[in-house]
Amino acid sequence: MTTYTEEYRALVAQTGGGQVTEAFRREVAAAVGPGGLISEPAQLRTYECDGLTGYRVVPALVVLPVTTEEVAAVVRACARHRVPFVARGAGTGLSGGALPVADGIVIGLARMRAIRSVDVADQRAVVLPGVTNAEISAAVAQHDLYFAPDPSSQVVCTIGGNVAENSGGAHCLKYGFTTNHVLALTFVSPDGEVVTLGGDAPDQVGPDLRAVVLGSEGTLGIVTEVTVRLLRRPEAVRTLVADFPDPGSAGDAVSDIIAAGIIPAAVEMLDELAIEACEKAVQAGYTLGCPAALVVELDGVGAEVDEEFQRVQEICRANASTNIRIADDAGERARIWKGRKAAFAAMGRISPDYFVQDGVIPRTKLGSTLTRIREMSDAAGLRVANVFHAGDGNLHPLVLYNGAVAGEAERAEHLATAIVELCVEQGGSITGEHGVGSDKACSMTAMFGPEDLTVMARVRAAFDPQGICNPGKVLPTPRLCGERPGPYRPHPLEAAGLIERM
Amino acid sequence: MTSPDPTSQADLHPEVDALAAAGQGSGIFDEHHPPADELISDCVHCGFCLPTCPTYALWGEEMDSPRGRIHLMKMGKEGAVELDDTYAQHFDACLGCMACVTACPSGVQYDKLIEAVRPQLERNHRRSLPDRLFRGMIFILFPYPSRLRVAAVLGELYRRLGVRSLVHRTGAIRLLPARLQAVEALMPPAQLRHLATRTPAVTPAVGTTRRRVGFLTGCVQRVFFADVNQATVRVLTAEGCEVVAPASQRCCGALSEHAGREPEALQRARELIDAFADAEVDTIVSNVAGCGSSLKEYGRLLRDDPEYAERAAAFSAKVRDVSELLAELEPVAPRHPIEARVAYHDACHLGHAQGVRSQPREVLRSIPGLQVTDIPEAEICCGSAGIYNLVNPEPAEELGRRKVEHVLSVQPDALATANPGCLLQIRRYWPGELPMFHPVELLDASIRGVDPVAAAGSRGRPALDARTSEPGTF
Ligand SMILES: Cc1cc2nc3c(=O)[nH]c(=O)nc-3n(C[C@H](O)[C@H](O)[C@H](O)COP(=O)(O)OP(=O)(O)OC[C@H]3O[C@@H](n4cnc5c(N)ncnc54)[C@H](O)[C@@H]3O)c2cc1C
Ligand code: SF4
Ligand code: SF4
Repeated sequence: MTTYTEEYRALVAQTGGGQVTEAFRREVAAAVGPGGLISEPAQLRTYECDGLTGYRVVPALVVLPVTTEEVAAVVRACARHRVPFVARGAGTGLSGGALPVADGIVIGLARMRAIRSVDVADQRAVVLPGVTNAEISAAVAQHDLYFAPDPSSQVVCTIGGNVAENSGGAHCLKYGFTTNHVLALTFVSPDGEVVTLGGDAPDQVGPDLRAVVLGSEGTLGIVTEVTVRLLRRPEAVRTLVADFPDPGSAGDAVSDIIAAGIIPAAVEMLDELAIEACEKAVQAGYTLGCPAALVVELDGVGAEVDEEFQRVQEICRANASTNIRIADDAGERARIWKGRKAAFAAMGRISPDYFVQDGVIPRTKLGSTLTRIREMSDAAGLRVANVFHAGDGNLHPLVLYNGAVAGEAERAEHLATAIVELCVEQGGSITGEHGVGSDKACSMTAMFGPEDLTVMARVRAAFDPQGICNPGKVLPTPRLCGERPGPYRPHPLEAAGLIERM
Repeated sequence: MTSPDPTSQADLHPEVDALAAAGQGSGIFDEHHPPADELISDCVHCGFCLPTCPTYALWGEEMDSPRGRIHLMKMGKEGAVELDDTYAQHFDACLGCMACVTACPSGVQYDKLIEAVRPQLERNHRRSLPDRLFRGMIFILFPYPSRLRVAAVLGELYRRLGVRSLVHRTGAIRLLPARLQAVEALMPPAQLRHLATRTPAVTPAVGTTRRRVGFLTGCVQRVFFADVNQATVRVLTAEGCEVVAPASQRCCGALSEHAGREPEALQRARELIDAFADAEVDTIVSNVAGCGSSLKEYGRLLRDDPEYAERAAAFSAKVRDVSELLAELEPVAPRHPIEARVAYHDACHLGHAQGVRSQPREVLRSIPGLQVTDIPEAEICCGSAGIYNLVNPEPAEELGRRKVEHVLSVQPDALATANPGCLLQIRRYWPGELPMFHPVELLDASIRGVDPVAAAGSRGRPALDARTSEPGTF
């Protein structure tokens, strides 16, 4: 069976192909005015990667527009000259989504960071794409409102990036992902047209193009304004940290909580290595040496939360929890979350480099998957820390390595890929919230058949027939995904008998 | 299904630089303490530091963010870039506020990194002639109290003889380059009677002596903020400290160090260590955030000096900000109420660089009736940053105005901060008259039973040109 249809091959072969000429440069410079164009080689190199540093490509130019009109003008220049462009928010993406394209430009939205308007009565706000996730909640806190999606990177990642990645966070279990909290988008299509997708009302007439753009990872166009939905702060919030003797019991506790009909606002799990890193970074009070800790948060109406909170504690104890720590006040709760949210970045405390993986597995497979990951990590001789959204089975294994040791980065990359593919094998998915980007494009074929991929490529071509908008991301490029001439080489983990090809 | 290949999209194999891997080679840097690879590799490129970086807040450019600057250092180490004006400009634009150190979950020691890079630039990059002259002028003047006194007298004459208002009225001020305008505008109104004030070499404790402490009188502080020094000595003695202030002490070298003038900074550090050699104290108190953070770094600064390394480390271990010491001591002197709402501004070199945030607030809260308010966006620098507002006046002004907006938003009766630089900076952009104090001044007033906030208020407001008014006693 083939992996790709001929139609697919033809569609993804379109990748602009234009050059950044002097004429193009002049047009772009005129579109953004002085100070909005970066072209010095050393400066361009600071844009060569996003949060995934293993992949680097230096862009030909970086432009920093400040209005929708400027963005549209730059995109029109790209379309005329068939020059590929890549949108960039804060560059915290973990899948190489904002990785520049050689001979292409980066359109940075970091200067578009105004909050346009807040409509308290209707609980919505209009913000520019460079506003950070946390700034939205901060701006409306005085009205007792907040923006629900809460990726761990919320202090820095932009709403534009959240829309592109359809980001989620610890509280997605109950509140859903970014797509559930975005009403409308102002959108610059790859030919430079400005359109509005969605509207102020929650339900729209006709096909929901807003939803198509959410999670499209910057491959369909550039978002220049976002109307977000705001929620009222819950009346009561209770948070606890329960320690478990092994990840299996913690996993069972999660299943029992959900089976009891309780929908926690968040359920997060950290393993021993992750706890060590968090504690080194922020001293959030997690128990060092504990094999698995669960953070459980309940919110809602006071009486109901109190009752369910009791039951959660009983369930944890019934699953052999060795210690339960209850946050007494908002300060304590903030400390627990600060620890959890610093987890990825805190890996720097215990390892020079790391790959963050992002896979989804059915909740019931938690224990067995973690055991497999442990075996694979031992075989590869690399440490793997685990932090994840246990409630919805979204795993974040962190493969630790030292880039200065020859070959280690590659081994880590292979292990990381093998872990995601293990998730698919367990009946899960290759990404929960960090996106496909450059990193996992080749793994798409593990999850989708040729027809699926062809339909995706058609959708993309409908928006971007020239293939200039973030090309090479999400959809696999056959030539670069193993269709290389030369003999077949088994994967090291395959050779070790730990993974097998489907 | 066919087999997925684990190799990723695009020929993007993680690059490992051969030189860096071998742990040698300094690229564009010389061999004298280039930024260390271990420190650079602590950065995992997560971006958590971006929102607290003042230059990123202003320009939204990667190369003027902590993450970008560390990336530039890495490339410098690899020799992948040139050490040219473009490269140097991004380090010159860094305020050294260390907000990124506080924000970083990965424990990146940006303070050590930037302090390694600045001397490299001073040695290996030739600045433009006006730039060199201007920086030279600052360092001829500032670190010398005696020269500063002369400058202060001239500055005061300039003000009092009406030259200042003439220059402003006629628009002649605009003929000055931006940097000189900044010097002109920031020049504090020296109170002539202070220019003659000296801190006595030894001041005995009031009542029982609980501690014997050394006191750093500072260079700018001594000349322009003699009141703060007097208040500090009064508070410390009232709390049972015998205060030793060796007359031979000079500038601590903080400004030189932060500007990368390493030999000068080292020399000043050695001299200061010598000045305190016979003081027989186990605590050395500073009331200036920038100086204190530098004193705490002496150990690292002089690590290569066989004669001083050990003494420097011992010296640094004794250094405390005055609020740290006061918070440590159980209060003995009775406090009288000051009914006021005081906004506390965290000076970067106290909050970010020394991690001293709760102590000054505790000191202020020990005053009955005084309400301490935090300022929104407190982690972002006011733009003062040592000599930054003199050499980079434009971004400094934007940051100053931004800070003033935030202070205004909490409508305080007064502002307290532990760094003279911040104070001059905020005062420069303050639209009216706001009494401003060092926390220790408020404590001193409370112990003495006077209410400086009310007194300042009764002087009447607003004086529209805030620079010519005398806000508070600071
Ligand atoms: C420490 C750490 C923790 C993280 N935790 C989480 C987490 O809990 N949950 C989660 O979901 N993610 C998480 N992430 C990943 C990342 O923060 C999110 O994917 C985030 O949404 C990216 O936002 P950004 O502004 O940094 O976007 P970038 O990284 O700059 O870009 C991401 C993608 O969005 C596109 N894009 C950006 N702006 C626009 C725009 N205006 N219009 C169109 N396309 C655009 C880019 O082309 C790229 O494909 C984490 C990252 C880090 C480093
Ligand atoms: S927060 Fe720390 S690790 Fe993250 S990019 Fe900034 S300096 Fe690097
Ligand atoms: S020290 Fe301040 S200005 Fe410099 S990089 Fe860090 S946060 Fe930015």
